[in-house]
Amino acid sequence: MSGAASRRWRTGSQPLLWPALALAALLAINALFDHGFLVISWRAGHLSGSLVDVLNRAAPLALVASGMTLVIALRGIDISVGAVLAIAATVAALVINGSSAAAATGGGPHLAVALSAALAAAALCGLWNGLLVVGAGLQPIVATLVLMVAGRGAAQLLAGGQIITIYNASYADLGNGFLLGVPIAVVVAAAIVLLLAVTLRCTALDLFIRAIGCNPAAARNAGIRAGLITMSCYVFCALCAGCAGVLVSANVRSADASHAGELIELDAILAVTLGGTSLAGGHYSLAGTLIGALIIQTMTAMIYTLGVPPETNLVVKAAVVIAVMLLQSPHVRRGLRRLATRHVLGEGA
Amino acid sequence: MSQPCVLRARGLTQRYPGVLALDGVDLCLRAGEVHALMGQNGAGKSTLVRIITGASRPTAGVLELDGRRLQPESPAEARRMGISAVFQEVNLCPNLTVAENIMAGSYPRRGWHRGGGIDWSGLERSARTALDTLHLDIDPRRQLAHYSVAVQQMVAVARAIQVPARVLVLDEPTSSLDDEEVRQCFAVLRRLRESGLAILFITHFLEQVYELADRITVLRNGRQVGEFPAAELGRDALIAAMIGTDTRLAEVQQRRGAAAAAGSEATEPLLRARALGRRGRVHPVDVDVLAGEVLGVAGLLGAGRTELARMLAGLDQPDSGSITMGRAEVRFASPAKAIAHGVAYCPEERKTDGIVAELSVRENIVLALQARTGLWPRHGQRQQAALAMRFVTTLGIRCASVETPAGQLSGGNQQKLILARWLAIQPLLLILDEPTRGVDIAAKAELMNELTRLADAGMAIVFISAEIDEVVRVAGRILVMCDQRKVGELQGRCAVQDVFHMMAGRA
Repeated sequence: MSGAASRRWRTGSQPLLWPALALAALLAINALFDHGFLVISWRAGHLSGSLVDVLNRAAPLALVASGMTLVIALRGIDISVGAVLAIAATVAALVINGSSAAAATGGGPHLAVALSAALAAAALCGLWNGLLVVGAGLQPIVATLVLMVAGRGAAQLLAGGQIITIYNASYADLGNGFLLGVPIAVVVAAAIVLLLAVTLRCTALDLFIRAIGCNPAAARNAGIRAGLITMSCYVFCALCAGCAGVLVSANVRSADASHAGELIELDAILAVTLGGTSLAGGHYSLAGTLIGALIIQTMTAMIYTLGVPPETNLVVKAAVVIAVMLLQSPHVRRGLRRLATRHVLGEGA
Repeated sequence: MSQPCVLRARGLTQRYPGVLALDGVDLCLRAGEVHALMGQNGAGKSTLVRIITGASRPTAGVLELDGRRLQPESPAEARRMGISAVFQEVNLCPNLTVAENIMAGSYPRRGWHRGGGIDWSGLERSARTALDTLHLDIDPRRQLAHYSVAVQQMVAVARAIQVPARVLVLDEPTSSLDDEEVRQCFAVLRRLRESGLAILFITHFLEQVYELADRITVLRNGRQVGEFPAAELGRDALIAAMIGTDTRLAEVQQRRGAAAAAGSEATEPLLRARALGRRGRVHPVDVDVLAGEVLGVAGLLGAGRTELARMLAGLDQPDSGSITMGRAEVRFASPAKAIAHGVAYCPEERKTDGIVAELSVRENIVLALQARTGLWPRHGQRQQAALAMRFVTTLGIRCASVETPAGQLSGGNQQKLILARWLAIQPLLLILDEPTRGVDIAAKAELMNELTRLADAGMAIVFISAEIDEVVRVAGRILVMCDQRKVGELQGRCAVQDVFHMMAGRA
């Protein structure tokens, strides 16, 4: 290892190292208790296995968390993503059911219209959040709290207080089907995240986001259109939540306005922070967020593999989260290292 | 000499990645003396202060307080050991009362038999004692924000000496004070000196050094040039010691003639503002800026100069008047709009409004250029590095590499960094608000030379400063402001007294 690389190691400035180690450890524990966990096989014309399952279930969270990463990097936060997810799912379900009925009588819109309607609804939600944050200058947590509460209410109103069952088969395929053997949900999430990663890499968006997140006043004074960029990021975050809403509702073939995406905002924020993105803004890592989302889903899988009683699920989850978070803290790591050296010295004496 | 050292530093060395910030520096602070610490930006003054006040630990070297080895782990610990500090920016809470600020961290408690909790009357008494020591007649029960910055600075001193202090470190305490306030501040410092405190005083103002200091230690590039009795070190010798070569101020003087000449032949102004005003900030002002001239804006703190600049650069919206560029009227709804018209603004507060501390030197330099280009196409990594290298070289920005975070640079280098950011977009009009604040004399001369060069090349420059002699030196034409009004215009080469006279005519 070169000198510079080893220095980076020691100072802990390799931000992805600890999240990646945590994920590897969780996978190893899973593999220890379930010997078939890491096995991926080809069954019934598609990939199958626990890992594929983890990826498939992590897809909506990874999507939401990716959008959240940008918002958090801009010193914001969006706690309305769960509600937006529910709205998008409800709108999609209503349109697809309506159009199925129309299709039966001949003509009428199809899948694309339902998806467009869902995403348009999500984009509107994002625009609303952006307007409150940028236009009205509300604190992001307060601004998005409005939609978190009101949005779910709106979704329930749209659904008439019912869980809407979806009968359209091609819509259901989005959540259950496979493309070239890979779950469609994984393909969709991967495509969107890849698109985002390429945009960040090939345009100046990354520079602008970090500049605004670190020092909004200076960024604006340098001529960056901070308001426009912030607004766009809230819209993008809501669009991600909308896509997740489609995937979730397609997976269970129904839209549940009251419970779809419940508390996903917290899991998304958790994924972002697990990935090493600072809530203070400026420093972010999209790859870290993906690892964070995978950590959360692997953890859930582990709880089932270990056969932890359902009522202790959340406690186990909390313990793992605390452990991962503490491992990421430079203070704790320094303390642990000091403890380790003292131990070694003690044995030597 | 006669007095033994209260605080002695031996061989202090501080190594940062790529930079030797401090290299074997000795320092001896004696009781009842004011010791000035002088040096250019990046000379190591701040590093030395950080070590003495416990904010960072030296790579090598020792500190001794009264002959005993001292290793403060934190500013709080240094304070307990008797080393207090007052910094350039007032680090107090404006929303708390004066007494609460002075006593913060050591509020007296009531005994349990009286219900426990904070002893508010005791708190006020202790604060009043501290204020009385400084002969400060202010009400400790009032909110700190109620008082001027100068008084707030004095409250910071009161807080510093409220613990039994042996050493008081003052890091540019006077940079935001006007003359009268500086006088008040010095009266207090003289009393503290008489009481036997050892004072380390850091400032960029030469007059203040000679007014107050007994001894001067000069640093240059992290090394100690020497310790001199203030009475034996002439100004020229001091400046020479700080810079290492002669100052280049004379050169500035010569070049200004050329800049003024270029301005006089221009006919159509580049930017014309008419009755530009903002209620409560600036009364309507007429300004013309010509291409190729340096327009000085002279005014004291609060004269409305910054407010005028912010309107010209699109940071604030005027509520009356108009701006014309060329033949068309323009409205700058945001800095981005102003930049699109070629107007760039270096703000007064470079830390909060200028640099992005966490981004690298390269990213800071390329920021405005990329912002004007938009999201796409992105300037390539190699192109960015080349651009950054070019400005680092031409402006003499001192940094370990172009990938160093901008926050690690010293004040003067940060100023140059923002200048580089704007030069990269080649603006038509460059507005500089207090560009020399907190910048040492050599960097000042370099900066002013750079400005005259730019003006010679056809750029219009608005140079705003409270340092009237600098304005007179560099500007071809001077707009004088007082009490949020334009009180008149003067030609360059005028005497500093003329400017004062014009300001006084209004006041």
